[in-house]
Amino acid sequence: MAESKNKSNPAEQRLSGVNEFSINIGTVNGSGSQTANLTILRAIFKMGIPVSGKNIFPSNIQGLPTWYKIRISQAGYAGRRKQADIVVAMNPSTFTADQDDLVEGGVFLYDEEIAHPIDREDMILVPMPVKRIVREAKPHKDLRKLVANMVYVGVLANLLGIEMEPIQQALEFHFKGKASPVEFNMKIIELAYQWAEENLNLDLPYRIEPRNLTDKAILVDGNTAGALGTIYGGMHFVSWYPITPATSLPESILEYAPKLRVDPETGKHTYVIIQAEDELAAVGMVVGAGWAGLRAMTATSGPGLSLMAEYTSLAYFAEIPIVVWVVQRVGPSTGLPTRTAQGDVNSTYYLGQGDTQHILLIPGTVNECFEFGWKALDLAERYQTAVFVLSDLDLGKNQWMTEPFEYPSTPIDRGKVLWEEDLEKIVDEWGRYRDLDGDFIPYRTVPGNRHPKSAYFARGTGHDDFANYSEHPSTWEKNLNRIKNKINSSRKELPAPIISLQPGAAIGLIAFGSTNAAVREALDYLQEDGVKLDYLRLRALPPSPEALDFIREHDKVYVLDNNRDGQMHGILALEVPEKALDMVSLAHIDGLPISAEWIRGQILQEEKL
Amino acid sequence: MAEKINEIGLSRADYKGKPSTLCLGCGHNAIVAQVIAACFELNIPPENVIKVSGIGCSSKAPTYFMDRSFGFNGLHGRMPSLATGALFGDTSLIGIGISGDGDTASIGMGQFKHVTRRNVPMLYIVANNGVYGLTKGQFSATAEEGLALKKQGHNRYVPVDIVWEAIAGRASFVARSFSGDPKQLKALIMAGLHHNGIAVIDVISPCVTFNNQDESFHSYAWGKSHEVALHELSFVPPVRAIKVDYAEGENLEVPLYDGTHIILKKLSQDYQPNDRAKAMKMLEEANKKNELVTGLIYINPQQRSLFDLYNLPETPLNRLKADQLRPSPESLDEINQLMY
Repeated sequence: MAESKNKSNPAEQRLSGVNEFSINIGTVNGSGSQTANLTILRAIFKMGIPVSGKNIFPSNIQGLPTWYKIRISQAGYAGRRKQADIVVAMNPSTFTADQDDLVEGGVFLYDEEIAHPIDREDMILVPMPVKRIVREAKPHKDLRKLVANMVYVGVLANLLGIEMEPIQQALEFHFKGKASPVEFNMKIIELAYQWAEENLNLDLPYRIEPRNLTDKAILVDGNTAGALGTIYGGMHFVSWYPITPATSLPESILEYAPKLRVDPETGKHTYVIIQAEDELAAVGMVVGAGWAGLRAMTATSGPGLSLMAEYTSLAYFAEIPIVVWVVQRVGPSTGLPTRTAQGDVNSTYYLGQGDTQHILLIPGTVNECFEFGWKALDLAERYQTAVFVLSDLDLGKNQWMTEPFEYPSTPIDRGKVLWEEDLEKIVDEWGRYRDLDGDFIPYRTVPGNRHPKSAYFARGTGHDDFANYSEHPSTWEKNLNRIKNKINSSRKELPAPIISLQPGAAIGLIAFGSTNAAVREALDYLQEDGVKLDYLRLRALPPSPEALDFIREHDKVYVLDNNRDGQMHGILALEVPEKALDMVSLAHIDGLPISAEWIRGQILQEEKL
Repeated sequence: MAEKINEIGLSRADYKGKPSTLCLGCGHNAIVAQVIAACFELNIPPENVIKVSGIGCSSKAPTYFMDRSFGFNGLHGRMPSLATGALFGDTSLIGIGISGDGDTASIGMGQFKHVTRRNVPMLYIVANNGVYGLTKGQFSATAEEGLALKKQGHNRYVPVDIVWEAIAGRASFVARSFSGDPKQLKALIMAGLHHNGIAVIDVISPCVTFNNQDESFHSYAWGKSHEVALHELSFVPPVRAIKVDYAEGENLEVPLYDGTHIILKKLSQDYQPNDRAKAMKMLEEANKKNELVTGLIYINPQQRSLFDLYNLPETPLNRLKADQLRPSPESLDEINQLMY
């Protein structure tokens, strides 16, 4: 054990230098820092270097501390790092704590007006004359506070070699081409750049050097991606209620749908969006719309999900297609609304009273947020059930570099819907809940069908094949078992797990969702440590046969959860009970994305290396 | 005698539902009968109707009329959201919601307020008996103060007036009737079915099993003796010869958006149902006198309905083809250019 402590950390060795470092920026919420941070992020992206940004923000409108973590990684790592190579401290109230985030010998930039003590001697100090530079630019007094953050953009540009042209492009993009804010912000950035040029003479190991590694990439957050996926999935109906961190998903639909979903001939909208009075109503409208033949979705987070339980149970049992996006934050209760977790795996999978078990799609990249956005609508209609897309704050709200969105590879699938002429062909055999094809999926009609025999009475109470009320024991059991078989039959049709194998590996690691970025990085470190691991990223529940085989075929399997109790570990252990003792839970929750260092440390400890 | 056939060639049998499983004499059965009569007489094809309800005795009612209409028995207090979503599927459909006093005024008050505020075009009938029947006799929010029930003792709280709440909630058509007054109830249902917006009808519908004591205002005896009808009502469907048997000057015609109109024969009061503030004042005065006001209490045929607020295509949304729903591949290239 003593050895493991002395073992050098490859993360520290390799992750500092040209195009491979991270910056942590501490500011005050509502001070306009997001513009400055996104400008740095976008400029580096434009210079062709893979980059990602994580916003660690408070549940607050203005005044509380907020941090932005930029990870520049030529190697493509996008997970959270524990410490940064460069810290920018603009917020007096976190000045002392921000010093702890810096690696040994790192660069500490700060507003020279902050009079707090500097506790460490190893840091390279860069006090910035923020006030003086801003004053020189002569901003309108209302703008002074909002533009102050541009000073660190200019100083960093000088220190790291970020070019002015991509900075200008980033600002033009941000301000949607409006000339005056672009000009004014550029003026501050140039003054700060000039100041650094004349006053700083540092030879830093951290540099940005242009590459061409982002030519075919886009920079986007998961909620925007999910919204676009939903729009390309042909949604008709969205109802939602504001909740952090899901809100930006329906808001992105509000932004893009009016451009993308207008009938070119008539100018009419092919969709409806309603902001409901609460989550009970949001999901109720979606169930009504799904029943009436609309591709309907809602988006929420933990507390809203709890309120949706009753209608979800109805959708499951009355076999109504709906899609629910769950952008997870930290629970229990109100928890940490602006921090990330994977704590709603169980509550989503089994949401609702009685025997329920839903289909869950679990994106692990923003690109998959787009893909699962449209796929979820297809699957909901094909299986006539509630389909959940389980995302989280880290994926949903942060900026990730990803491949461009790919146009849906399959046509829109409306499932087994009978219109007048379809019904006429099978009218003698048809019953709303009758399994005519032996695949557990019945045919459905939807309101508006004018065939005199098309109507049925949907209900959450016991019903027979013809949707008539029934309390008969065997009718009840047969129907509920058919629904279970129907959900189980989806296993092979859901997004398959992504498996990467290492020759000779006898142990495996299963992860899901946003931890993917950190896992990929950790696997590289562990390989250098001499730990061979096969990696399976689960992308859906119920789990596919491949995932269960993966568990059976390994001597030991780690299951990584960003929650306290190892919820996915529990679900998988129930699926393969004979291997339950060979499955090791790696579970951790503190509100932050899991880091590669943590994963590596846990596995090294467990493997006694 | 030959069976009566309406103008679209259907008989009353085409409007029937499953046999009622409600108690014999339940006011709700009378409501069901008038819904059937109204739809039959208005020549509404049953396939053009969506029936929705919540949970409770009242909410079972849609099973007992119009088998050929799609129906959805949803969740307790949450029928309004279900109806809102469903009606967007095909906005040419006519929504009929049946709720109860518990379903609307207790658990469902929130959704009730929002469905009225949004003016979702549908008929919203509250079968109001002041009591929970399916759970065997508890007070609902409309039960009057001091009412005694077998296991509950005396009701401590003041009641909710559904009509008052609907008007305050900006419903565009608000009426009250009594399940023992088939003529008035049918006229109101017919008018409600032609209203472009939400038509709330609070129907006092006595519970014969749990709440039919003579002194309860949800009882037959009380209703019959305390009912004050605002007007005598006639509903006039379009393209029918209008036969008015009221003297000029005594009648008030209220045109509905689709060319139909409702004729109110003024009785003792000079009441015009188009002023929200006057309606509320009238209700307050009637309450003081312990009177149960029935009739059309408030109407605004001009108020924009929920559908008027959306720029929807002529083709029902649920009949749009797949290629009308998915934007082009070129548009996605443009989107990818924006993602930075």
